[in-house]
Amino acid sequence: MTMKKIFIAATLALSIAGAAFAEESAKAPAAAPAAAAAPAAQGAAPAATAAAPGAAAQKSAVAAPAPAPAEKKHELKTNRTITIGLFAVIIAITMGVVVWAAKQTKTAADFYAAGGGITGTQNGWAIAGDYMSAASFLGISGLISLYGYDGFMYSVGWLVAYITVLLIVAEPCRNAGKYTLGDILSFRTSPKPVRAFAAISTVAVSTFYLTAQMVGAGKLMALLVGIPYKMSIIGVGILMVGYVVFGGMTATTWVQIIKAGLLMSGAILLSILVMAKAGFNPVGFFDIIVNNPNIQDHVSKLVLKDGVILSGIDAGQRFLEPGLYMKNPLDQISLGMALVFGTAGMPHILMRFFTVPTAQAARKSVIIAMFIIGGFYVLTTLLGFGAAINITPQAITAVDAGGNMATLMLAQVMGADIAPIIGDLFLAFLCAVAFATILAVVSGLVLAASAAIAHDIYVNVIKDGHADQHEQVFAARVTSFVVGACGIMIGIAAEKQNVAHLVALAFAVASSGNLPVVVLSLFWRKFNTAGVISGLVVGTVCSIALVLVSPNMTYPKVVAGGAKKVVAALEKKQAALPAGATLTEKDTKALAKARVDAQQDGTSLVGLDKPLFTLKNPGIVSIPLGFLAAIIGALAFPSRRSEEMFDEVYVRQNTGIGMAKAVDH
Amino acid sequence: MAEKKYDWAAIAKNPKFVELHHKKTAFLFGWWIFSCVYYFLLPLGAAYTPGIFKVKIIGVINFGYMFALSQFFVSWGIALYYSHVANKDFDRLTRELIDELHL
Repeated sequence: MTMKKIFIAATLALSIAGAAFAEESAKAPAAAPAAAAAPAAQGAAPAATAAAPGAAAQKSAVAAPAPAPAEKKHELKTNRTITIGLFAVIIAITMGVVVWAAKQTKTAADFYAAGGGITGTQNGWAIAGDYMSAASFLGISGLISLYGYDGFMYSVGWLVAYITVLLIVAEPCRNAGKYTLGDILSFRTSPKPVRAFAAISTVAVSTFYLTAQMVGAGKLMALLVGIPYKMSIIGVGILMVGYVVFGGMTATTWVQIIKAGLLMSGAILLSILVMAKAGFNPVGFFDIIVNNPNIQDHVSKLVLKDGVILSGIDAGQRFLEPGLYMKNPLDQISLGMALVFGTAGMPHILMRFFTVPTAQAARKSVIIAMFIIGGFYVLTTLLGFGAAINITPQAITAVDAGGNMATLMLAQVMGADIAPIIGDLFLAFLCAVAFATILAVVSGLVLAASAAIAHDIYVNVIKDGHADQHEQVFAARVTSFVVGACGIMIGIAAEKQNVAHLVALAFAVASSGNLPVVVLSLFWRKFNTAGVISGLVVGTVCSIALVLVSPNMTYPKVVAGGAKKVVAALEKKQAALPAGATLTEKDTKALAKARVDAQQDGTSLVGLDKPLFTLKNPGIVSIPLGFLAAIIGALAFPSRRSEEMFDEVYVRQNTGIGMAKAVDH
Repeated sequence: MAEKKYDWAAIAKNPKFVELHHKKTAFLFGWWIFSCVYYFLLPLGAAYTPGIFKVKIIGVINFGYMFALSQFFVSWGIALYYSHVANKDFDRLTRELIDELHL
């Protein structure tokens, strides 16, 4: 009991400290970037808004919602009372879950793996809840509403990724693992160095992903309910720390299950409304898309940038064809590789398989998760196209250039068709879903990072595995608290940073660093300590290095070059106007902005004028390098012990014989 | 927790285990490669054969759309088929192996 009091006091202290920090950096915003902790600073670059408008839209669509430009007529107005009321309901329910879960969390197995007492079905929902971030929920439907087919194609990889999880990693990890990535990798290698490197990689992936999520959360909350950015981050952060510190894996799991349930109900309800408007006729629905004059006009403008002239029904049809958003096939294949290999290497996803009692339950949980995730992305198509028809791409981009607000605007309009108050209610409900989504994903990430530090580094490296249950749980709680606090600090410091590339980076490290060594540990006899370390180091370093010199970063000279072209084009347009006529207000604004941007000079974070590596996703290069380094490392320093122990690992991972029972009180 | 001692090398040589291992390896890597090939046909096709993707199939719905949608059903199909084979074959072999070893 005293420990609980200490934590409550510490949580309060943290919130006060956080508020003070927020206050301070509000006074001196210039200091914030400098204060960013290592990972954010590594990836730091001037805000996305400084980039060319098109690039900014693409970036923000992938990860974090960008702030909406203030334009009065298309403002997304939430009813604050209802929305905050619903937020309070979600907080109350999840807090109830935490209180219940805290009573059951007594051992390390309870804290990290919910005592192995999660069923396959529950875990399936929790995986879906852990995986689908606000970027999936809001970003992909936004992409579809603006770029049609390409948005849909983008969503496919997120589901196909689960085939790798199902066939290659889920059951072997359940059979051969315990709590963390380090447990799997250290089985037949020198445990200390392997655990240390595995923990570093886990913390890196989790921090990259967490930072992107926190910044997205802060901006979303600020946009939706007008809570200031820093307060949003602190609020989300305190809840996240509360769930993990007190309730461990049990609470995190149930927060994720609740979120997945809310997300699916919201998506199904909204899809029904969209399809009802189209008379439940799928073929007719696509006819409406093709014949919609707003979509036709939007597509005409999009293809005009590539020098193609299309209008009328041809432009409408073009919306259903590839190539409006993804212009570089190599980049797309690279992204596909990062998803297919990276999802199975994400520590917070791997960790979910330790919560079920058997390999059969692990199998069942992936299959259930695949139906939930896949079903969600199929519905997302309806939401995206529905938003394009009912809201128009023009109105969507007026609120947010990346289209992140499309689903929310759609909810309000579809609800308001029934009655204005229903529109407000529905919008508030979806905002609450977004809120729950953020909480569920960040909690999973904090838990994964804490498990790596507390279980791998503290218990197994520093204490040589000699720590009793009480000490292990205490270490896990303290670590979660510290990780969460760091998450809040980084989130606040990274407000003005371009964080979109951090999601790409998280998947790149997971796919190039973690996955090769996990697969080789489980399936290759000759694999050993040297292989694990060289694979992890090369995969991680290559991913980070390639992203640092990729077009994800901001290059002031490139921005200036783009702006100069815009200035030239607009000045030409102005010159061509008949005497006395002036440019439209929008063009004038664009011209003024381009003139400012054209003055930009300097280099990117690593001192480059332009990207050295032309792809946004490094997977196509870094994944083969990760595998190669792991194989060469293992062959260069063979280990007889590792080879002799392969039989044990292989029998264990295939059959579950001698499985470390999650319940070992 | 007192670890029970197993003769791992002997289990690995047990014919039941060898059978399980062969069947599983062929199935898992075979279907994994199939799913990857099928998936990467989507971005490759969209980039290099846009003509095929534009062919209308039902009303204005084109081949590209149907192909992208089929990815979901193929993934679900593989998942269900795997679950069927694993529940029937792999789990049975594992149980038989464990019975034989009197574990």
